[in-house]
Amino acid sequence: MESTMIYMDNAATTMHKPKEVIDAVVAAMSSMGNAGRGVNEASLSASRLIYDTREKLCRLFGAEDPRQIVFTANSTESLNIAIKGILNPGDHVIATMLEHNSVLRPLYEMEKKGIRLTIVKSNPEGTLDLADIENAIAPDTKMIVCTNGSNLTGNYIDPEPIGTLAREKGIVFVVDASQTAGVFPIDVQKMKIDVLCFTGHKGMLGPQGTGGMYVRKGLSVRPLLSGGSGVQTYSKTHPTEMPTALEAGTLNGHGIAGLHAAVEYLEKTGVDTIRAREQDLMWRFYEGVKEIPGVKVYGDFSTKNRCAIVTLNIGDYDSSEVSDELLTEYGISTRSGGHCAPLMHEALGTVEQGAVRFSFSHYNTEEEVDTAIRAIRELAEE
Amino acid sequence: MRKKELKLVVTFHTTADAMAMEKFCKEQETPGRIIPVPREISAGCGLAWCAPLEDREKIAAVMKETGIEEEAMHECMV
Repeated sequence: MESTMIYMDNAATTMHKPKEVIDAVVAAMSSMGNAGRGVNEASLSASRLIYDTREKLCRLFGAEDPRQIVFTANSTESLNIAIKGILNPGDHVIATMLEHNSVLRPLYEMEKKGIRLTIVKSNPEGTLDLADIENAIAPDTKMIVCTNGSNLTGNYIDPEPIGTLAREKGIVFVVDASQTAGVFPIDVQKMKIDVLCFTGHKGMLGPQGTGGMYVRKGLSVRPLLSGGSGVQTYSKTHPTEMPTALEAGTLNGHGIAGLHAAVEYLEKTGVDTIRAREQDLMWRFYEGVKEIPGVKVYGDFSTKNRCAIVTLNIGDYDSSEVSDELLTEYGISTRSGGHCAPLMHEALGTVEQGAVRFSFSHYNTEEEVDTAIRAIRELAEE
Repeated sequence: MRKKELKLVVTFHTTADAMAMEKFCKEQETPGRIIPVPREISAGCGLAWCAPLEDREKIAAVMKETGIEEEAMHECMV
């Protein structure tokens, strides 16, 4: 099965990684010391590589200073740091129905600690109206959290208008770029993003366990963790200087070596080239399935600019059954059921049925897409 | 042990600052190297930049230009 598997679950994680990424991790595992913990060459080589990765990410995201790039394990950790480290009881926060549980659950937790939460509604096709966000702003609004791309529908949300609005009102703007980093152009300064949360293992093509966040210079974030930092050993408190302030404990140096190679691959191949290829495959699939009787596709396909995700259902079939048939009969890997985005399912009316998500990588082929279209056609006819 | 000399030793708040320092100094061909912070200096980050004394102004200029903040600048026997 493995050799012939057609992998279309790239929004969960990109399984096919560039060879350079794998080689970099392997090389790091036989040469890398603990960054910032010594002046031996092994430690220094880790420190240098990690710093160089900060610089690359700083460039990729248009940040003002590499020291404002913090490494975490994934978007979830970054979002938790942002939400729990910036908000205080009494603050008002605005989020949207498009958000993932990695945003919603920390917010619900903070709600119990006394923050006030407004969730802006989604249109039936999974889009947002800027006016709804604007109308939700109150004098005590401290933060707006919004995804850059829905993991369920693939709808792309342009951060710039929201960022402009937030900046005008002095509101912290946090963006969840889990689905977009590495695939869509992100410029935190131009888009007026205060905190950008990203993961390394999806569109960035790096290893799982890598990720990070950009924090605008001057914005103070309470750390979730304190501990070893390689600096200020005799101080009873964790250092406050960035990026160390938000990086307690040994970093995932081996993973970051892979992320370093992954960003080099993105630079070399071009984010725009990768996105164009993914979108071509996504549109080919969409055009192939949208007219099939009984197939319902979710999301906004009126714009070309969207993540390479097509989510659908066939008739009243349980999405898990469809996904299972796709795997066992056609060797196609998809995701079904709920997608950690409960409010988005509510908006789409798919809480009970779930949905089958096809998510594409630039490594997928036209042939694979055509097999998937044929599979959906055959399943819909049954 | 080799004989110690009086050197300029710059200490930093974070490892990232020390790495930035090494990188910029290499790029600008400003002499110096990363050393472990000598015992007589109390410092945050365990890495320091060690350079000839006479390059003090040059180094201060590099740091100003690149926005690297030192924790302290020392002159000590290294």
